[in-house]
Amino acid sequence: MPTTDILLQTLLSGILIGLIYALVAIGLTIIFGVMDVVNFSHGEFLMLGMYSSFWLFALFALDPILTLPLTTMILFAFGYALYRLVIRRITDAPMLSQIFTTFGLMILLRGLAQFFWKPDFRSITHSSVEGTLSIGGIQIGMPQFVAGIGAIVVTVAVHQFITRTKTGAALEATASDRDAARLMGIDSQKMFALAWGLGAACAGVAGGLLSTFFPIFPEVGANFILIAFVVVNLGGFGSIAGAFWAGIIVGLVEVFGGLLIGPQYKLAIVLALFLAMLMWRPQGLLGKA
Amino acid sequence: MNATAPTATIVDPPLGRRASATQVAMIATALVAAALLPLVVTSPSRLNLAILVLMAAQLGVAWNIVGGYAGQISLGHAAFFGVGAYTATILFMNHGVSPWLGIPLGGLVAASIGVIVGWPCFRLKGHYFAMATIAIAEIVQIFFTNWEYAGAAVGLSLPMTQRGWSVMIFNDKASYYWLALGLLVFSLAVNFVIEKSFLGYYFRAIKDEPDAARSLGVGLLVFKQIALFASSFLTALGGGLYAFKELYIDPPSVLSTGLSIKMALAAILGGVGTLFGPLVGGVVLTAIEEGSRSFFGGSGRGTDLILYALIIIGVAIYYPRGIVGWFVERRARRQAKSLRSEVVDVAG
Repeated sequence: MPTTDILLQTLLSGILIGLIYALVAIGLTIIFGVMDVVNFSHGEFLMLGMYSSFWLFALFALDPILTLPLTTMILFAFGYALYRLVIRRITDAPMLSQIFTTFGLMILLRGLAQFFWKPDFRSITHSSVEGTLSIGGIQIGMPQFVAGIGAIVVTVAVHQFITRTKTGAALEATASDRDAARLMGIDSQKMFALAWGLGAACAGVAGGLLSTFFPIFPEVGANFILIAFVVVNLGGFGSIAGAFWAGIIVGLVEVFGGLLIGPQYKLAIVLALFLAMLMWRPQGLLGKA
Repeated sequence: MNATAPTATIVDPPLGRRASATQVAMIATALVAAALLPLVVTSPSRLNLAILVLMAAQLGVAWNIVGGYAGQISLGHAAFFGVGAYTATILFMNHGVSPWLGIPLGGLVAASIGVIVGWPCFRLKGHYFAMATIAIAEIVQIFFTNWEYAGAAVGLSLPMTQRGWSVMIFNDKASYYWLALGLLVFSLAVNFVIEKSFLGYYFRAIKDEPDAARSLGVGLLVFKQIALFASSFLTALGGGLYAFKELYIDPPSVLSTGLSIKMALAAILGGVGTLFGPLVGGVVLTAIEEGSRSFFGGSGRGTDLILYALIIIGVAIYYPRGIVGWFVERRARRQAKSLRSEVVDVAG
């Protein structure tokens, strides 16, 4: 029987990783909610965010936490440009085209990362958030802790942007009814591009936060995309609040499942939860039926 | 010249055509030519390339039954492929079961799994179905990676103690080539029979107008299950043959999501829901993959991936109906045009 300390520590680390999952998934859910397109290349947005932090650190000795705003802007511009150049062409295409376009982007971005930055594992050492934090008898890595807090801040900011600003309202209007929004004078092309920019920025921040404690390599996105799908689905496609809570749930299921059954089955347990959820409530916890 | 009878085909409908004598002759010639290829091409590496083409095409044909005709986008077919490969390998290694029995048994195991998971999954639509299939295939891969009896992460190597047709293990590539060709022809035949039978019509109804089909009393679940059964069975046969050709299997090589995507891609590239589309797609896909690998692959810098990805994106955006679909569409347009001009002639 695990001790109370171990249980508490597992609980906290589950919540912290869950907050990162939530942030990645929020980007995915915004894109899906606004455009009805599932972005298979979302994990690669996260990978680009990690590399952005890494290169700013390696070339200019800038701390990954300090460069988060810059990484956010870079990824926003990237997502926006990607929409204008590629995704724009598949807004009304059959689902098969949409799936394979974003799937192709996934391979393309991995290939480009391998081409320019080599397939090596890289990591950021000696960042401003090193060391461990002990609260009572619980030991938590400082980078993980900062990443969790950062994820909460960004999630709240995105939520505020969407619910409190005029642009956010226009985005939501486009998500709920594209044509009606267009009749109200909302340019849906602009909103789609904004959704891709925002979605990529969320994944980018998550990448920046992860870069202080997670290895950086071209295929790193593969570790996160499936989990992000699960989180988006569990929370309800298009629901930001849903993705937030679902992220934490998935983080907890992962760590406790790993503790009880074995770490090698972590992902299988999360996926089984996903399948059960699909059967029982396909619209997710907070999604509309 | 005889005037065309009014009952003759006016505009060739893209599906459900009757094969003419010339088409039969063409197919027979192509078959004979394909069967004789190993007598001309003797280089093992080139023959191996031909085998890869045949196997990619066969998997595309198998995927096409459920993904193309019935329109259920599965991105988890690697699970069937892997189960077929593992079943045939384990039966042979641990129980001495001949692959001639073991491979079809693997097909039945995979098809049974397909029907079991299909029952809950077929209630899901679109994205949800596609994601559920990815999740199931990933779970199967994790399961095999940790299953000691099946070699876990290390995988299984088939012993080369016996050789010949009875154990399906050969020194030469030609025998594998004929097996792969036979399997492809068999899969095409199954596809052909389905397309021409009432099943083909039901599948297309499920795909294009699910609500209308339901209202006419088409039991959607039953027909989706039939499509999945045939598709997973054929996919698993491909997996079994792969195991005996490579003599080594492990979870990444036979169960990865990348493999699932490749099967779907062969069908999409060539044209979903067409008989020969996946065949064309398999040829083109393998040519791109192997070609870009041999041109750039050695650099280890992902150039082959980049090229591969650009082609996927280009086809998905500009040719969503695939190569064969594009030709069929173009011919239909031309025939409609010439028909219009004929009508104008008569009227004028």
